[in-house]
Amino acid sequence: MYRGHPGMLAWALHRITGLAVLLFLFAHIVETSMILVGPEAYNKALELYRQPWFKPLEFLLVAAVLFHAGNGIMVMIIDFLPTPSRTYRRMFWIGAGVYAVLLVPVAYFMLGGLVGLR
Amino acid sequence: MRAARAGDRGRPSGGLPLLLWFYMRISAIGMIGLVIGHLYIMHILNSTDTIDFAFVAERFRGPLWRTYDLVILIFALSHGLVGLRGIFDDYIHHRGWRVAAEVAMWVVGVVFLALGALVLFTFQPPAAGR
Repeated sequence: MYRGHPGMLAWALHRITGLAVLLFLFAHIVETSMILVGPEAYNKALELYRQPWFKPLEFLLVAAVLFHAGNGIMVMIIDFLPTPSRTYRRMFWIGAGVYAVLLVPVAYFMLGGLVGLR
Repeated sequence: MRAARAGDRGRPSGGLPLLLWFYMRISAIGMIGLVIGHLYIMHILNSTDTIDFAFVAERFRGPLWRTYDLVILIFALSHGLVGLRGIFDDYIHHRGWRVAAEVAMWVVGVVFLALGALVLFTFQPPAAGR
């Protein structure tokens, strides 16, 4: 699908993660606003996030933000430093590696409790 | 053609698209540290199991975190809406529908900005010790 063009994959993921984070932001604003209703209403709204099935989604949210931030930095580097395709390909794989390594501790802290690791 | 590297499809030549192109970068740089700090504090140091009304009431006792959250709110929401506008631009080919979608988007955006700001400006934590 994205054969030979890691940039297209990065571009598609940038859109998908951006849209997903924006949708969450809308929900987050509504859920936070429940604090004006009162402690019970706010704690009730937060219960959604405490469901075990929500934890993997919460991790995906953080992973989406981190991808969007990392790839966004890459976009800005390329904006200001014209980058040949071959150099970009190398940057893509280095970025993918840094991202994968970064997700390990994030997964440990966010999901470790779910599987009895912490 | 300049390849779509990392999602970069080249800088627009002028007008509003160029201004928005700059705004996406300015807002990104403005919020990146704040957002990573937010993720670290809320999802790594704390979690959805420890965050509750008491936690947030304590956090919003002074102006520091309210200001922090207001800056993120403004940057993230506006950055997200400008991004969504780009998606509308790409997928809605009929000009009338595209304009309608964009107008609706900004109206919804202003409502959500107002709701978020309302919380940050008006929330009164209960007196300490309660």
